[in-house]
Amino acid sequence: MSDPGKIIEIEVLRYNPENDEAPHSTVYKVPFTDDMSVLQGVQYIKDNFDGSLTFRWSCRMAICGSCGMMINGVPKLSCETFLRDYYPNRISLEALAHFPIEKDLVVDWSGFMEKLESVHPYIIPKEKRSPEEGEYLQTPEQFGEYIRYAACINCTLCYSACPQFGLDPDFIGPGALAILHRYNMDSRDGGATRRMELVASEEGVFTCSAAAYCSEVCPKHVDPANAVNINKINASKDYFLRFLRPKGES
Amino acid sequence: METYKADVVIVGGGGAGLRAAIAVAESDPLLKIALVSKVYPMRSHTVAAEGGAAGARQAHDSFDFHFHDTVGGGDWLCEQDVVEYFVSHCPTELTRLEHWGCPWSRKADGHVNVRAFGGMKIERTWFAADKSGFHILHTLFQTSIKYPSIKRFDEYFCVDLVEDDGRCRGVVVIEMATGEFTLIEARSVILATGGAGRVFRENTNGGVVTGDGMALAYRHGVALRDMEFVQYHPTCMPVTGLLFTEACRGEGGYLVNKDGYRYLQDYGLGPLQEKPCNKYMELGPRDRLSQAFWHEKQKGRTVEGPLGSVVHLDLRHLGEARLRERLPLIYEMAQTFLGIDPAKDMIPVRAAVHYTMGGIRVDGHCASSLPGLFAAGECSSVGIHGANRLGSNSLSELLVFGKVAGDSAAEHARQASYGKTGALLKQARAARQRLMDIKTRTGGKEKTAALRKEMAQQMEDGCGIFRMESTMRTTCDKLAELRERFENIVIEDQTSVWNTEFLTTVELDHQLDIAAAIANSALNRRESRGAHQRIDGYGERDDANFLKHTDAYYVPGGPPRIEYGAVKITKSPPAARLYGAAGEKAEQERKAPHV
Repeated sequence: MSDPGKIIEIEVLRYNPENDEAPHSTVYKVPFTDDMSVLQGVQYIKDNFDGSLTFRWSCRMAICGSCGMMINGVPKLSCETFLRDYYPNRISLEALAHFPIEKDLVVDWSGFMEKLESVHPYIIPKEKRSPEEGEYLQTPEQFGEYIRYAACINCTLCYSACPQFGLDPDFIGPGALAILHRYNMDSRDGGATRRMELVASEEGVFTCSAAAYCSEVCPKHVDPANAVNINKINASKDYFLRFLRPKGES
Repeated sequence: METYKADVVIVGGGGAGLRAAIAVAESDPLLKIALVSKVYPMRSHTVAAEGGAAGARQAHDSFDFHFHDTVGGGDWLCEQDVVEYFVSHCPTELTRLEHWGCPWSRKADGHVNVRAFGGMKIERTWFAADKSGFHILHTLFQTSIKYPSIKRFDEYFCVDLVEDDGRCRGVVVIEMATGEFTLIEARSVILATGGAGRVFRENTNGGVVTGDGMALAYRHGVALRDMEFVQYHPTCMPVTGLLFTEACRGEGGYLVNKDGYRYLQDYGLGPLQEKPCNKYMELGPRDRLSQAFWHEKQKGRTVEGPLGSVVHLDLRHLGEARLRERLPLIYEMAQTFLGIDPAKDMIPVRAAVHYTMGGIRVDGHCASSLPGLFAAGECSSVGIHGANRLGSNSLSELLVFGKVAGDSAAEHARQASYGKTGALLKQARAARQRLMDIKTRTGGKEKTAALRKEMAQQMEDGCGIFRMESTMRTTCDKLAELRERFENIVIEDQTSVWNTEFLTTVELDHQLDIAAAIANSALNRRESRGAHQRIDGYGERDDANFLKHTDAYYVPGGPPRIEYGAVKITKSPPAARLYGAAGEKAEQERKAPHV
């Protein structure tokens, strides 16, 4: 354990739409121990210095996806980022980039939610099956095709990393496209055709400029950049095949 | 005040709430559903469940085995007819979830695999690596998007129920992003708001687990049943309380004390087994394992360090490859939060609060005593967990009883009418006024965060793994004092947008009522059963006087009124609760006369 006397400076970009014309920085001096996360740091500020400081959090174990923020300019989950790794330097916290700020570190996620909803993120069964018939069988290979993309916790760090989303808020974006890909790759699913329209649309994969920073910041190693790349190829194939296939086949 | 009308309003977007919403939507697409959640549904605490969900599926397993494990695990305080329904519906619901896309871990032949879990005689826990709750929640949430009749109220906080003519007719909610109040009128109301573990200091729960729905039902005259039964999970991270799943032991992990000794063999769970053996050693039930941890500490056999007293969870012999396959989240958590490699180092763990066995009293149809009000999941007490829940029964509960609640509420909605809007609005305005008074009052000196901390410490001191009259009484008294001090809380933030200082004060308001229900229910149960253990002369189970459910009723301005209700026994008369070799012997003797 650390020397209990250590104090770290945490600079938070504050914004309250009712009082502030523009976001402004406030610096807090926070006593900390080596086991303390950035989330625990902001909780300390809220409980001891300023009850109005606002941020989302819940699980504390990097699975609920609530507590993302820009930490020294990098999108991270604050619950699994530790103050000790920044000390003795000042640490700066801002709301997730590329999203409108609602208050302090809370961003407006309604756009992301609409995108998630738009990709048909559910099994569209190839063949109907009742529970009495038992489960669909899935070989380890079939399972391996989609499981990594099913690990997305919807934290949206990838959106804050994505330069194209920063330029074009309509871009479906890495997270929702990874989830789209997750369902397309699932052997139980037969909905790929419906989803491919979206993939190839104006807001789809071709907006991506292949920076691949999304995969780098993903806390769950989902690799959305790879999902987007595969779909660029699929969408191109799909485009050409449409001219080659007789009508009615897909 | 804005109003909205739905046929069914569901409060809580976790596993139970989502499953209920889907059930209503499937039963009748014309029913309008309002799904209210104070976080986006996929942030709900179901997300953090790790180990898996129980449902008999192997040829040598049976509903009867699952039933007996559950009833014995609950120290015979279960509603046995409800348990019978539960165990026979688990596999169907788990299969349905597979059809919806849940990535259950598979065997090489493509079939769903199952793993061993504590207190379960046969391996029957379906799992998705060690992120079972995460995958269940996301599967349910994403599937719910299919149904246009489900209208979500994401990040709306429910602060009251409204009644008319003796029936529950809707809810009052605050939109967190604006601070605006809305009345949602409904023919049926389902509470699915989760547990209340955050009333304790060291716990595995997310910040959202504040018992809101329990408090709302309680204040409207519905009994909170068996609240004294609070589960301590034996393997949690020191200080933060983060969970290391029971699946660590299901996969073969050991628990050892400071001498490297597998101490569970000293607590009626032996003899020592090298390989995981169901209902032996590390695969005993959670209450027994947490109690064994406490005893080891008393004996000075825990490891004392900067993080306090711990024992060690030893997974090293499982090897990195198996850990990465079966327990990837645990692997990462040990690395990230403790800086250790579980393939090379032992994990320091201790018992922490995990689950609220009790809750809103409902019947087997998830109906409460207030007509029109239903409840499902951890906020409810439908009767399957008794005095101690078995690991992996709660995720199955969400599915089985989420559906039951949805079906019941849909059926009720088809027959019930709406309340009188004027009368409901009047109540909603009164609820708003009460909360705005809390928000704007001046002159006091108390802070929400400080009171919350004191409450959580009191609960740990008085209602921990072992309990005594004197400390429980102190806790009850202090909680009453905190309730008075709550009136002197001053909120600095007077703005409307995303005022979490205000909202956490409303949560504390709920938590103080729940804490008092737990502590007073515990004080009144003068016996030891399951997770309620006393060391002040009431160390034995007392079926003559306490084979009964506790019903705590809300009394404004005072401690709850405690009553007792009958326990439904169908086919398992109370017997000695034994594990390890003693348990096996007793089971053989019970069977013998019938052979």
